[in-house]
Amino acid sequence: MATQQTQVLGRALLTPAVALLFIWMIVPLAMTIYFSTLHYSLLDSETWSFVGLENFRYFLTDPAFLTALRNTLVLVGSVLAITILLGTPLALLLDQQVIGRSIVRLMVIAPFFVMPTVSALVWKNLLMHPVSGLFAWLATLVGATPIDWFNDAPLLAVILIVAWQWLPFATLILLTALQSQDEEQKEAAEMDGASALSTFIYLTLPHLARPITVVILIETIFLLTVFAEIFVTTGGGPGLQTTNIAFLIYSQALIQYDIGNASAGGLVAVVIANIVAFFLVRIVGRNLEA
Amino acid sequence: MARKVTARRVWVSTAAAWLFGFMIFLPILWMVLTSFKTELDAFAMPPKFLVFHWTTENYATVQQRSDYIHHALNSIIVAGGSTLIAMIIAIPAAWSMAFAPTKRTKDVLLWMLSTKMMPSVGVLVPIYLIFRDFGMLDTRAGLVMILCLGNLPIVIWMLFTYFKEIPKDILEAARMDGATIGRELIYVLTPMAVPGLASTLLLNFILAWNEAFWTLNLSTLDAAPLTVFIASYSSPEGLFWAKLSAASTLAIAPIIILGWFTQRQLVRGLTFGAVK
Repeated sequence: MATQQTQVLGRALLTPAVALLFIWMIVPLAMTIYFSTLHYSLLDSETWSFVGLENFRYFLTDPAFLTALRNTLVLVGSVLAITILLGTPLALLLDQQVIGRSIVRLMVIAPFFVMPTVSALVWKNLLMHPVSGLFAWLATLVGATPIDWFNDAPLLAVILIVAWQWLPFATLILLTALQSQDEEQKEAAEMDGASALSTFIYLTLPHLARPITVVILIETIFLLTVFAEIFVTTGGGPGLQTTNIAFLIYSQALIQYDIGNASAGGLVAVVIANIVAFFLVRIVGRNLEA
Repeated sequence: MARKVTARRVWVSTAAAWLFGFMIFLPILWMVLTSFKTELDAFAMPPKFLVFHWTTENYATVQQRSDYIHHALNSIIVAGGSTLIAMIIAIPAAWSMAFAPTKRTKDVLLWMLSTKMMPSVGVLVPIYLIFRDFGMLDTRAGLVMILCLGNLPIVIWMLFTYFKEIPKDILEAARMDGATIGRELIYVLTPMAVPGLASTLLLNFILAWNEAFWTLNLSTLDAAPLTVFIASYSSPEGLFWAKLSAASTLAIAPIIILGWFTQRQLVRGLTFGAVK
């Protein structure tokens, strides 16, 4: 039978991918779990010893962890808020009749393709530089004192850079969703004398609920691990002000060479990501049925 | 479809859209402008917008440092290589799940996606140690492997989404006519799948080109792609804004252009068809 043949072939074709991903998942994870129970420093790799859950106790009670966790949540939350609160009106605007819309769309979407190291450097040096950056000049134009972004508001500076990179994503998804909205429904509402605001609240917003959820979940997955922007601009500082979980683990592993502690931190990060992933998988999974 | 819109309203939305679009694009525009300035003009206060001594000297300098070509080549090899290998592994897998689904297919798909959610930083330590012990630090092969595995779930998902949309009837008709699986693949499926394959390829090339976490941590010089090259400008003593801008422009130009071409597929690809 052809179907029998197809089934066998199907399994054979699927195996390499499944096997590779399984190894990719299980080997590093198992090693991380193993290392997390060791006192293991790369500076002194001769003397390593089993310490049980000591690393977790140390990592979780380290004040740096709480700061990093707070920074991570502030970063993710703020970027989500900015991209959705700005992305929605922007998408609504681009859904209108706009002369040269395709050019505007190209301008709006461009930041998404800029590699993080480039956008971090351009923002840090060309825009946010306290003396000769473009923002400093704009501030002096209106008679304000230029902000020394990376000293006075470092986390905000990182948030702005990351939000600029992700605003196009939110806008593009929401715009695509808007363009699939039922025009007749909107027309009917207009004819019934509904105001633009109530059309938005009762028709458009519910229509956008699903894409907004998708934006939140996908952005969260990427934002939880923001690294390059921090690495290039602030190196986590000043102090711990811009250290997120990803950067904290990085600094413990490759700056302090404390493998045991970094591994424990890595597992904490895996757990945090999995809590988020749980919700994403459910939503994407539901979509799969349709 | 076409609702009546007053001319005034069109002008208002046009003005607003262009203003916002320009503001969002400004950092990139400013970078490109700066790349054509002398270092002195790049620092000038008040900033010089269009009236300055235009020069392509920075581009020449970036080229001359010879680093640029080396890193650009690494970017092409690493991003291209990892994308190609991921496609070779993913196409059969996605094909099999889309056209020969079993009861477990959905679970397998979700499991694959869940490996993408494992934060890179959580497994950086073991990967770094494995790379160190096997002499794979700062090798292109190592980066190709890591980026390939990292993007594999997304490649499979995207291909699966595209394959799934190919009508089954056509395949059944071909099978009725006695087409073998091989012929079915070559003459029926491939032509219909080409657009999906192409956009998956491009999108993953973009993702791999911009990937910074692994490239920054696993390469230093020999295999370092443009992400690392650009990061080297972050040291305080290297404050050459015009040259930084020229290097940055060269690093992102090909990807921005690719990205513009694939923006429609981007939505479908990155949301796995959840938003149409």
